[in-house]
Amino acid sequence: MPAVSMTVNGKAVSGDVEARTLLVQFLRENLRLTGTHVGCDTSQCGACVIHVDGIAAKSCTLLALQCEGAKITTIEGLAAADGPLHPMQEAFREHHGLQCGYCTPGMIMSALDIVRRRGNDLDEHTIREQLDGNICRCTGYHNIVKAIAAGAKEMGKGGTTQQAAE
Amino acid sequence: MYNFTFHRPTTVRQAAGLLARNPDAKLLAGGHSLIPVMKQRLASPAALVDLGLVEGIVGVELKGRSVSIGAMTRHADVANSPVLKEVMPALASVPGSIGDPQVRNRGTIGGSIANNDPNADYPAACLGLGATIITNKRRIAADDFFTGMFSTALEEGEIIVRVSFPVAKKAGYEKFKHPASGFALVGVFVSKRGPDIRVAVTGAGANGVFRVPSFEEALKKRFSPKSIEGLTIPASGMNADIHASAEYRAHLVGVLARRALVKATA
Repeated sequence: MPAVSMTVNGKAVSGDVEARTLLVQFLRENLRLTGTHVGCDTSQCGACVIHVDGIAAKSCTLLALQCEGAKITTIEGLAAADGPLHPMQEAFREHHGLQCGYCTPGMIMSALDIVRRRGNDLDEHTIREQLDGNICRCTGYHNIVKAIAAGAKEMGKGGTTQQAAE
Repeated sequence: MYNFTFHRPTTVRQAAGLLARNPDAKLLAGGHSLIPVMKQRLASPAALVDLGLVEGIVGVELKGRSVSIGAMTRHADVANSPVLKEVMPALASVPGSIGDPQVRNRGTIGGSIANNDPNADYPAACLGLGATIITNKRRIAADDFFTGMFSTALEEGEIIVRVSFPVAKKAGYEKFKHPASGFALVGVFVSKRGPDIRVAVTGAGANGVFRVPSFEEALKKRFSPKSIEGLTIPASGMNADIHASAEYRAHLVGVLARRALVKATA
């Protein structure tokens, strides 16, 4: 089986995978990083969004081997397990931006990509439009949109569009 | 998804060599059409040749009166290219309307054109601007490149390297976006460059992207939405599916062509 190595949340990792192994499978099954979810497995729902070299992508539509040498960030990489939450995670908690939580890791990783592309001062229209690739099936989007606006602002206060606490 | 062997060349030459040695190989660009199709087992290539590390086929450049876009340039990077937004915002708007942000972060112009999905946006832009598709072997005019649904003039072992778009002073793209998929139910690209007037339609034709000579003729007198007021195209030859009938698609061609012209002449 081909070997693959990459950096995940700041740590060098490697493994032997079949060529057809998806990045999300490698993350969840080989690395046991189960925060990244599989919702639809057809590039629609966004539950599997992670960052590849700082840019959001759907890990169900990437092969692990395509990410050889890449820097991957998953939801687990945003904050230390025993430390405070990332400002965007905190904003989702504060604004009740989740119900069942299944879509939340992807929502948060996409939210950080919106901040990267559009900055810290986001209006509702921009957020809704840019959340096109993420689907929530329980709360509706109202509190998610509020959380992203607040989280983006909070990240700005810290003077950062920080991606990860690596 | 069936398994395959995976190759990562760093030059176009190496990629071509790998295609020659693996007759059942497919090129992998952004993978956002190919991987879903492989998951459904509608495609099961024995080998994938990933173009992700191939040098020299990424980027948007203004070269004289043309814009040259490397085959592996992501949709997001074309949509946000400062030079393209300056010289031809209509073309920049095309990849900006594809899929969702994450898809635009991965999908590429070369992949989109090689796939020639009948509802894809880039084929309309290529045909609507009279682009030239440059491969490792030759230059192909857009008029000769798109040969039917999911079918192109590309031969075995041929790799798209870049696409060259002549800069048109007046150009516009308008699509009726399928609300779930983001694909064009119908999309129309119009342009005027000197005497060359083009109206190209994606999403509507049963045989993929096509031009509308009757509209182009009418626009020769005056490049304005008024010139094609009341003009229609026949429903025969239009695609019909659960999303829209052939008649509705034919109707949309006229409506969207006029809207694209409003944008192009604004």
